[in-house]
Amino acid sequence: MKRVAIFGATSAIAEAAAREWAGEGARFFLVGRNETALGDIAADLKVRGAEEVTIRTADLMEMEGLAKLCHEAEGALEGIDIALIAHGVLPDQAEVSASAEQLLKNLAVNALSPAALMVELGQIMKRQQHGSLVVMSSVAGDRGRPSNWAYGGAKAMLSVMGEGMGMELEAAGVSVIVCKPGFVDTPMTEAFKKGPLWAAPAQVAGPIVRAVQKGRSCVIYAPAWWRIVMLVVRFAPAFIVRRL
Amino acid sequence: MTDEFQSWGRYPRVGDQHVVRARDRHALPPFDAGRPNLAYGNGRSYGDVCLNEGGTLIAMRGLNRFIAFDEEAGELVCEAGVLLADILDLVGPRGWFLPAAPGTKFVTVGGVIANDVHGKNHHRVGTFGANVLAFSLSRSDGSHLHCSQTENPELFAATIGGLGLTGVITQARLKLRPVKSGYFEGEQIKFRTLDEFFALAEESEDPYEYTAAWIDCLAEGETLGRGLFMRANHAETGGFEAPRSLPLAMPATPPLSLVNRLSLGVFNTLYYERQRTAVVVRRWHYNPYLFPLDTIADWNRVYGPKGFVQYQCVVPMADARDASHALLTEISRSGQGSPLVVFKTFGDVVSPGMLSFPMKGATLALDFPMAGGKTLSLLDRLDRIVAEAGGRLYPAKDARMTGDMFEKGYPAFGQFVKHVDPAFGSSFGRRVLRGQR
Repeated sequence: MKRVAIFGATSAIAEAAAREWAGEGARFFLVGRNETALGDIAADLKVRGAEEVTIRTADLMEMEGLAKLCHEAEGALEGIDIALIAHGVLPDQAEVSASAEQLLKNLAVNALSPAALMVELGQIMKRQQHGSLVVMSSVAGDRGRPSNWAYGGAKAMLSVMGEGMGMELEAAGVSVIVCKPGFVDTPMTEAFKKGPLWAAPAQVAGPIVRAVQKGRSCVIYAPAWWRIVMLVVRFAPAFIVRRL
Repeated sequence: MTDEFQSWGRYPRVGDQHVVRARDRHALPPFDAGRPNLAYGNGRSYGDVCLNEGGTLIAMRGLNRFIAFDEEAGELVCEAGVLLADILDLVGPRGWFLPAAPGTKFVTVGGVIANDVHGKNHHRVGTFGANVLAFSLSRSDGSHLHCSQTENPELFAATIGGLGLTGVITQARLKLRPVKSGYFEGEQIKFRTLDEFFALAEESEDPYEYTAAWIDCLAEGETLGRGLFMRANHAETGGFEAPRSLPLAMPATPPLSLVNRLSLGVFNTLYYERQRTAVVVRRWHYNPYLFPLDTIADWNRVYGPKGFVQYQCVVPMADARDASHALLTEISRSGQGSPLVVFKTFGDVVSPGMLSFPMKGATLALDFPMAGGKTLSLLDRLDRIVAEAGGRLYPAKDARMTGDMFEKGYPAFGQFVKHVDPAFGSSFGRRVLRGQR
């Protein structure tokens, strides 16, 4: 039976992944801000087969509370097999371009808070000599673009940290999986016009669940063909990226 | 105009639809005050009951959480955007099954209630709506009503088969039925005439829960009414997993319908003659048995860019044989139609739904590639036969019936309109129901 802690559990991708683990009878510790939504998700996961679901409302912007939260998860689950860090906010780029205060606020949610959780959870798993830590990054972190460099910048930090941490913790039996989704149809991207490149949350959850199953540190793109797209984009000259 | 938010028949195709997405059953997006609103599920109804040209669609697939499952009693509570496919995946391995399932499992719970769908076991269990214990309905006056046979019973009856016009169904409580296996066991029997069909239907009613027939719609004269009768029961053994099958899909829309007089004649004859003996004993997994077309994704593209209309009528038992004969004669003479024909008898289990389609009698459903005036005038001729026999058409399949035809077929119509939410409307409603916005 898997013991799963999810931070930002109301995220659509996290919920889709949780449904797969629930089908295998997992136990959950779900952290999010919206209590009603957490309750609804908990009920759904139980129907799908989850053995037990604990919900915990918390604001993940409060950095000093994060360590305690991780230990709470560890205690409630009696150890953590899988931790998924999934919270994030898509900022209005114009707003953060114009205000350092806004930018820092956004970096706190998208970069600093997940980074702190990575360290805390990494320590717990290192002590356990076992566990998989999944960090939700994004293809946006692979290249700076005029329309979303603040979001991309935060995700770039998580990608690099996660990749390195994965190598560091491998010897301790811990895997770190950096997941870079492309365009995903979720509440976060509600305002965007959708096209053929868009994926459903379940199409991102599938690769995450499989990577966890393999138990090796890695960077995954989801859906997988984004790896090819981003390979091209990473080497594309600036005059092309400017138009993306 | 995109392919998204059209109907399964791809006829009519409409534009000017605003779309808002429901994400939270406790707080739907605000209803559009200036335009008629309509919930949109998975877009598997064929004509225009799910369309809302000039209006706003509330996309419901985001409401796909289960709420509670009582494994002892076999009762499931879930949000309205959950697909029947997800329910079967969940409850099947635990020994439960949907009491009534339509021909595709890729439909939402809200959609099957709003269309009060039926399955091959109608003569035993009635419609889907007859097996719904309760649901929640959000209306434009801000109310969230719990509806059942005892609470808001009139709204319960108006909403089952109410085509989404009474508000938005946000969640439902369903009664399931126990099964021991995901398989079906039964027989496939060749019949040569309508009389043979009706005799088979009658003798099968008691021993078999599921019955339906395929009919060769081009057969005429002596062969008119020939087909294959399938009858089955839930198997006692066999597990629930489906055997592995190839993922098939219709990858693109061909420039012309692939279903035409020539291909139809060849297919129908081969399909009928392929079975050499009168009776074949068969065993099916529920997927190929109940949902044969679901094995080919996007099969509706086969009819080309003009799409297709499905015609489904029911005629009361008294005239069922003669009316069916007249319908099949008219269809085979026209040379139109498709291999996809279902012919079956309905039982007398009454649905609570005011506008529920089934009645004790015989129902014929078939696709017609849309070929403009020639198709529409054939369907008008079929309408006259159905109306004469005191029958009616199924709104979930319809894209063209007149208001007259509808009102004659549904005597509870006058009572129904009193429950229509004034902020709701649909392309079907404006076309068929008098005085609807």
